[in-house]
Parts: sequence; structure tokens; C-alpha cells
Amino acid sequence: MSFSTLIQHCLTGISLGGAYALIAIGYTMVYGILRLINFAHGEIFMMAGYFMIFSMASFPWPISVTITIAGTILLGVAIERAAYKPLRSAPRMSIMISAIGVSYLLQNLATYLFSALPQSYPEIPILKKIFQIGAVSASLVTFITPVLTILLVYALVMLINHSKIGMAMRAVSKDFETSALMGIKINNVISMTFVIGSFLAAVGSILYFTDRMSVTPFSGTLPGLKCFVAAVFGGIGSIPGAVVGGFVIGVCETALVALGYSTFSDAFTFVLLIVMLLFRPTGLFGEKNIDKV
Amino acid sequence: MMMKKSMRILLSGFLVLLVAVFLLMVEQDKAQNGMLLSVLEKGVILAVVAVAMNLLNGFTGLFSLGQAGFMAIGAYTTAILLIPVDAVDSVYYMNGINPGIKAFKTLLESAPGAVQMAYPYLALIVGGLMGALFAALIGIPVLRLKSDYLAVATLGFSEIIRAILSSPQMDTITNGSYGLNKIPGFSSILITFIIAGVCIGLMALLIRSTYGRAFKAIREDEIAAEAMGINLFRHKELSFVVSSFFTAIAGGMLAMFMRSIEAKTFSITLTYDILLIVVIGGLGSITGSVIGALLVTASKEWWLRFFDTPLSIGGISIPLFRPGFRMVVFSVLLMVVVLFYRRGLMGDREFSWDGLYGLIKRLIKRQRPSKGGAA
Repeated sequence: MSFSTLIQHCLTGISLGGAYALIAIGYTMVYGILRLINFAHGEIFMMAGYFMIFSMASFPWPISVTITIAGTILLGVAIERAAYKPLRSAPRMSIMISAIGVSYLLQNLATYLFSALPQSYPEIPILKKIFQIGAVSASLVTFITPVLTILLVYALVMLINHSKIGMAMRAVSKDFETSALMGIKINNVISMTFVIGSFLAAVGSILYFTDRMSVTPFSGTLPGLKCFVAAVFGGIGSIPGAVVGGFVIGVCETALVALGYSTFSDAFTFVLLIVMLLFRPTGLFGEKNIDKV
Repeated sequence: MMMKKSMRILLSGFLVLLVAVFLLMVEQDKAQNGMLLSVLEKGVILAVVAVAMNLLNGFTGLFSLGQAGFMAIGAYTTAILLIPVDAVDSVYYMNGINPGIKAFKTLLESAPGAVQMAYPYLALIVGGLMGALFAALIGIPVLRLKSDYLAVATLGFSEIIRAILSSPQMDTITNGSYGLNKIPGFSSILITFIIAGVCIGLMALLIRSTYGRAFKAIREDEIAAEAMGINLFRHKELSFVVSSFFTAIAGGMLAMFMRSIEAKTFSITLTYDILLIVVIGGLGSITGSVIGALLVTASKEWWLRFFDTPLSIGGISIPLFRPGFRMVVFSVLLMVVVLFYRRGLMGDREFSWDGLYGLIKRLIKRQRPSKGGAA
């Protein structure tokens, strides 16, 4: 493999990893607060793809991006209100089944509304501009993705560490009941978590699908699961961990595809998950959690 | 008032006989009752998977989502063993078949008649054992995980299985992404019902044994169960292996029912479909799972078909009805059950003759005043 192909693959991998990182943050934040794998997160990401397709049909791209982000946030919060909130005191298995139910519903709804055939994803001209450096050529989106990811994560970390709502989020994730007793409005905090998660999923979806060119009702499932693995890899509940996990999985997956093992690139993620859970169940940056009787 | 034991056995025997006679009657006219037959057969196969999933999720409290993977293992093993030797070349037309498998099949041709008669059942059991073997291996690392991690790890495992089955490296065994076809099925639907009945019966016996009580103890409180002297890992592993064994057998039966399989059949959606059955039937109820499987399959494949075909009432066509609407209705139904009827059809109760008798008695009592009023 020549040097320029190697660079090319690295760029692709880092760009994919950036999109994964943004989605993984959504998982890690929801898990940190509700202790729930939001199985529907991958489907929220997929729906964001469809929102973009339909808004681009009639608006210029800056407005479409805004519409997509707003629509995705609304969807995320609506799911939380309708499917998770009524089950807050139910056993954990019920909430998980509810999350799977929502993901099943969104998939079938998308198949019904937009058909199971792949719909071509609209191009944002600026993002698709090709840059040529020596033998390496890449579109702008490849460069923008990692930079944007880092910027957004920085902003998010600032928000969580230095704002009132951020402090409330940290409190709720430490101890649900005590923070409620201290006068924190739990429902607002949870909604805020879903707002942030869905916002990042929408941005991630735009970056991811611009490279992939088409959306199907099932194109959210596998990226969703991979991003959950990324979140576990980095230590669930930790935002820097999710970002690192996203990049690791993106780069490894691209490397496997480049080496010709594309059938195993999906399987690899889950092998990574099982190995990680065996040797370091708390992930790279996770806090140790001890169950008390 | 409890019924006498002999009475209950008599009633159960009568029910079994009734089902058998009904099936034989339905099968007399295969062309006329094609839909009913296929719904019944698929329903009863899914019932086995649903009960197996219930054993794990409802009785042991292990939230596993690997059902599709184990079904794939069983289906592929059974299918590879059963494809007749003269059909092999046309099935594996792309890459050729592994010479070892072909030699085995040719050898089998010359086996005595009794072996050939028992061969399909043996193939199913071998499929089940393969599933159990994989479950035992995967269970050692995975069963140490807690609820949601276990769910994702088993889901991931089922994806790994699917990737391996359809990979080009396995072309001469699983025929890669082309899938397998020309799988011979059973001659009568009665055989499928008997096998399914035996599988479900064995699982019910396990649940009613001391092991089953240990499973339930683990479900209620792991730490308390461990303190009572239940070996957590051994019981979880047992539950996982047994459940996977029967899931794989059902996978084999599904392969024999569908006649052709491909790796795509066993995607995550299949696991979700089975979860839907278990939840609608009630987590922790065997009879609930069986009823759920038959009801869901019948409404999905048959009764609710009309949701997918354009409908017009009085010349006005209703735009809602077009392909895909059926599945939307189904997922909404699942959400309604999850949110409002969390216990499903049966909750964690089981069907019993006493229960039915009590129900009828209560219904009659409630109706009597209104009857009196009418007279």
C-alpha cells in the first residue's frame, strides 16, 4: 500500500470516526442519566437523514440544516416524553423493551412513509468540494467532520462543567433521587439531555450521510449499535471517552475495509465490545461503579 | 373448587386429540387451506422460539437479544445436512460444495432405511446441539455482564454469526451470500406440531423443576439468590444453553418450513419480532408465548393483510392503506402493550383448566341478572 493510499484511508477513517463520536455522545449522556440504552438513537439519526432529504427539496442548505436539527430535536424529546417518561418507575427491562419498540416503530414508519428503497442524499455543494493535496484527494466534509466534532465536544464539556444546567446534569447522573430532593427539575434535565443528544445526532447524520449518498429505513441500526459500542469502549457516561471510542471504531473499521475484510468490519465492533467488557468493563475513562445491597 | 387430576388430564388429552383431528382435516385440502396451514406452521415454530426466549428473559431475567443468531446456526446446520445429494450441485452452483460434506451425503445414501427415516430429526437435533455449543462458549464471557450490556453483547453476537455465515470464506459450506435452497420439509404439518409440542413441553418441565425455581430466584434478586446458595453462573449458563438449544432447533424447523434461507433472514428484525410475541403474550408465561406466537403470526401474515392493500370505501380511497402500514400498526400495538398493558395477554399466569373453569363460572354469574331481567 502506497503512502498516499494510507493517508487517504486515514482521512476516511477519522472522518467516519468523527460522525460516530457525535452519535456516541447521545448514547453516553442518556445512559449516564437514565441508565438506559436508547435503542432508538440510531433511528433518530436515520430520521435526521430523511428530514434533510425532504427539506433540501424545497429550501437552500442553511435553512435545511436548521430544519433538520430542529426536527430531530423535537423527535428526540417527543420520544422521551411518550415512551420513556411513563415508565420511569417501571423495571429496567420494560424501559429497554420500550426503547426497542420505538426503534421498531420508527423503522416501520420510515419504510411506510418513504419506502424501503434507498433515497439519494442531497449534496451540500460546499461540503462536497474536492481538495487535492499531492496524490491525496478528499472532499471538504472529510476535513470538516473531525474539526467540527472536536469543537462541539469542547462546547459540550464547557456546558456541562460551567453552567447551571450542566451542574444539574452531573448531579442527576450521580444520584437520581437525591438530586430530585435538592429541587432539581429532573424532567427538564432529562429533556435537555435528549435535546443535546438529538442535536449531535442530527449534525452527525448530516456529516455521515454526505459521505454515504443514500438513506434507507435500516441505515440507522448498525451505526447506532456501533456508536453504543464506542460509548462503552470509552467508558459509558464519559464524554471524552465516547469521542475516543468513536474515532477508534471509525479508524479500525476503515482499516479492515481497506485490508479487504469488509464482511467482518461490522463483526469487529462487537468483538471489540466483548473483549472490552471482559477486561475493563468500565471502559477507558469510566468510573468504577460498585453495587450495594 | 379444584378439579380432580384425572379430569384435567382427560381434558388435556381431549384438547390434543381435537388439535390433531383439526390439523388432519385442514390438511386434507392443502390448496384450499394453504394460508391457514402456513400460518399455523410458522406460528408454532415461532412459539418454540418465543418460549425459549421467555425462559431466558422472562424466567431467568437475562435480557438476551441473540435469538436470530442462534436460529441462524440451527437453520444453516439443519439445511446443510438435509439438502439432498442430487440437488447439491444446483444449490452450490457458484462456488461448489465442500468435498467433505458431499462425501458424507453420498455415504448417507447407502445407509439403511431406518437411519434415513430418522435423519431429518437427527439433523434438527444436531442443529440444536450446535446452537447449544455456541451458547456455552459465548456464555462464559457474556453472562458475567449485567442487563443492558448483556443485551448489546448478545445482539452483537448474532450480528457476528450473520457476518460469518455470509462471508466469502464460508462459500463452500454456507454458500455465502447466495443462501441455501431446496431444503426438504416435513411431509405433514402434524410432525412440526409434535416436535414443537415436545420442545415446549420439555422447557415447561424444566421451568417447573428445582432448576426453574432457581431461575426465578435469580430473576427476582441475584444477590439474595446467591446468598441462598444458588450457583449464579451455572444456572445462568444452563438457562442460556437450553434456551439456545431450542432456539436453534426452531431455526432448523424454520429452514425446513421456508425451504430456502439466506443470512438476511436472520437479522435483528427477527429478534425484535420474537420479542414482540413474548411481550404481547406476557413475560414469564409459557402459554402466553404460545398464544402470542399464533395470534401475532396469524394477524401479521393473514388477518391484517388488508392494511397493505389499497382500500376504498364508497368510492373514496383511503390513502392510509398501502404496503408497510401493517407493520406500522404492529409497532404501535407493541408500544401500546409496553406502555399501558405491561403484563401482556397472560402476565405471568399460565393457562389451566381450573382457571378457565373459574372464568366461565364468573362470566355466567355476571350474566345471570341480565338474563333474569330479560325473562
